[in-house]
Amino acid sequence: MSDYRVSHLAALEAEAIFIFREVVATCQRPALLFSGGKDSIVMLHLARKAFAPAPIPFPVMHVDTGQNFDEVIDYRDRRIAETGVQLVVASVQDAIDRGLVSEPPNGTRNRIQTPVLLEAIEKYQFDALFGGARRDEEKARAKERVFSFRDDFGQWDPKNQRPELWTLFNGRVHPGEQIRVFPLSNWTELDVWRYIGDQDIELPPVYFAADREVVERDGMLYAVNRFIKPRDGERVFTERIRYRTVGDANLTAGVRSEAATIDQIIAEVAATRITERGATRGDDKTSEAAMEDRKREGYF
Amino acid sequence: MTDAQTLAPAAEEATELLRFATAGSVDDGKSTLIGRLLFDTKTLFEDQWESVEAVSAGRGDEYTDFALLTDGLRSEREQGITIDVAYRYFATPQRKFIIADTPGHIQYTRNMVTGASTADLALILVDARKGLVEQSRRHAFLCSLLRVPHMVLCVNKMDLVDYDEDVFKQIEKDFTAFATKLEVPDLTVVPISALKGDNVVSRSERMSWYEGPSLLHHLEKVHIASDRNLVDVRFPVQYVIRPHSGDHHDYRGYAGQVASGVMKPGDEVMVLPSGFTSRIASIDTADGPVEQAFPPLSVTVRLEDELDVSRGDMLCRPQNQPRASQDVEALVCWMDESRPLRLRGKYAIKQTTSDVRAIVKDVQYQLDINTLHRDESVNELKLNEIGRVKLRTTKPLLCDDYRRNRTTGGFIVVDESDNRTVGAGIIV
Repeated sequence: MSDYRVSHLAALEAEAIFIFREVVATCQRPALLFSGGKDSIVMLHLARKAFAPAPIPFPVMHVDTGQNFDEVIDYRDRRIAETGVQLVVASVQDAIDRGLVSEPPNGTRNRIQTPVLLEAIEKYQFDALFGGARRDEEKARAKERVFSFRDDFGQWDPKNQRPELWTLFNGRVHPGEQIRVFPLSNWTELDVWRYIGDQDIELPPVYFAADREVVERDGMLYAVNRFIKPRDGERVFTERIRYRTVGDANLTAGVRSEAATIDQIIAEVAATRITERGATRGDDKTSEAAMEDRKREGYF
Repeated sequence: MTDAQTLAPAAEEATELLRFATAGSVDDGKSTLIGRLLFDTKTLFEDQWESVEAVSAGRGDEYTDFALLTDGLRSEREQGITIDVAYRYFATPQRKFIIADTPGHIQYTRNMVTGASTADLALILVDARKGLVEQSRRHAFLCSLLRVPHMVLCVNKMDLVDYDEDVFKQIEKDFTAFATKLEVPDLTVVPISALKGDNVVSRSERMSWYEGPSLLHHLEKVHIASDRNLVDVRFPVQYVIRPHSGDHHDYRGYAGQVASGVMKPGDEVMVLPSGFTSRIASIDTADGPVEQAFPPLSVTVRLEDELDVSRGDMLCRPQNQPRASQDVEALVCWMDESRPLRLRGKYAIKQTTSDVRAIVKDVQYQLDINTLHRDESVNELKLNEIGRVKLRTTKPLLCDDYRRNRTTGGFIVVDESDNRTVGAGIIV
């Protein structure tokens, strides 16, 4: 430290902490979107660091599709209890039961999360929502601001974004509008893994390679669980896989891997040649512009 | 993935972060260069590449269009334009790079100023066949205005001029002559062919007359640690941490990111605007106290004395204070298409962690960024225009000249009717 050099991870951490503090200082009712995935786990870690020794000064919200990996929900509940932060659950199942949204024929609840999210934002009057999205994930995200303005309907207008200069973030909104804030904007998948290793952050077990019963669909490996049942003609076999991203248990595919520790995962990620969403998410394969369309509708 | 371990980077050595901004027109090969950097550093993923190939083939392109990588949005692809700043990432074992990639046509100034505001380095491309064009000069001027500390001129498409040294030398000479009129602290000129890969990642054998580094080598080695201002202590207070809990009942910490200077426990500091002095009791982080803090670290400072300090205040050294003034002169770049900056107009200003209101007392001139001619007859600034204005603020701004301090010398202008960011200013 004597030559005042700062590692890139330390610089990214300092930037994220600055962003967390800026939102809390300037917005009325922020909340952190938490899915139990690694990016939101890193977000929770950074939020704690930003306000220590005080507790995290905002609630955590989980838009629960009801189709999560059991290990992820266990992890969520344990971490929330340890952190002492307030958890708000917006339940997609509940919204289906109430008739707010209807179950798509293919059973994919990704898209119907949006009305559930927007309803919860209105109910709790959140004016700023932290999300763990990164610009390296996807093309539409590469163009989104760190402070991303959403109108009364939660919509993103890519052609009408606020210029973002220096670290002078503009989080001003009128009532009913919101800002989505992405403190990990400048992080890559590898940065997230390195940071998890560096900070010794605990993750749900689904991230680590283990022998799992799987079926192969569209060239991707899906672990058999209560959401993925073998279809007629599908062969169930055992593969050593881990998850690079963790979405719904019925949508998220694993990748063949021997990586059972963070260091081994870092080594694999550093060498991999496929984006994490491309490798593992049935929901993002829908169309070339799938993410852009969902964001315009108010998605995360 | 099974042999991944053997391919892993050498070690977990700390790598530095370098942010650079690129801009250019559709034809100068910028997208090809970025695609080349991503591809040759193995950052480009196979599925991204396949998706680009598929779209390119679907459009009937004769070759795979690298621009599709950077043109992210469907509206852009359909119209074949780039509407905004896109951020790209790649890393080598030495450094992690963030590219702010800005389009070179419409709204050029707004996007370029945005990209340059955080850049350590600006990358300017010219076509070797065309030499310097108006846009190259504009680009260089805006980067010098935004005090980007390093500039690289890439003379691209050298393959189309038979790798001719004379062509390169002439462009280098022209640009160097132009740059001496600007404030460009560090300039490097590299002859490249982004398409063929000459001098991009490694030195090209086809230009043995060129003795400088490849572009990537330069990006990895250029010395940026000294670009920060480590002299003037400026700590804008962002948030006050007061846990109100048993263990930390009396804790009162001032959270913020060090804008400039080096702070140590025991240092005498002054709180502005109140002017009270105290000493730094401790510099805290969630990982424990630290011996010193400097940019860009985010820390929490505790003082020995109980003072009334809140967001928007600034800690500095008593002998080295920022300016505190309600009368501010600044160069403003206007960024709003719907309404111009107007004389007597009232706006919100955000500078460091301080929010104030301001009225435009005078529009002194508009600067033509092509000719650098000053038009003193104007009393408004339209989209993409830059001009010098006098502002009167409701509260004193704690600021420095932008040329001395890129953090305390910059501000944004917000239209309070719709909360849009409509301008960016640098204090002169």
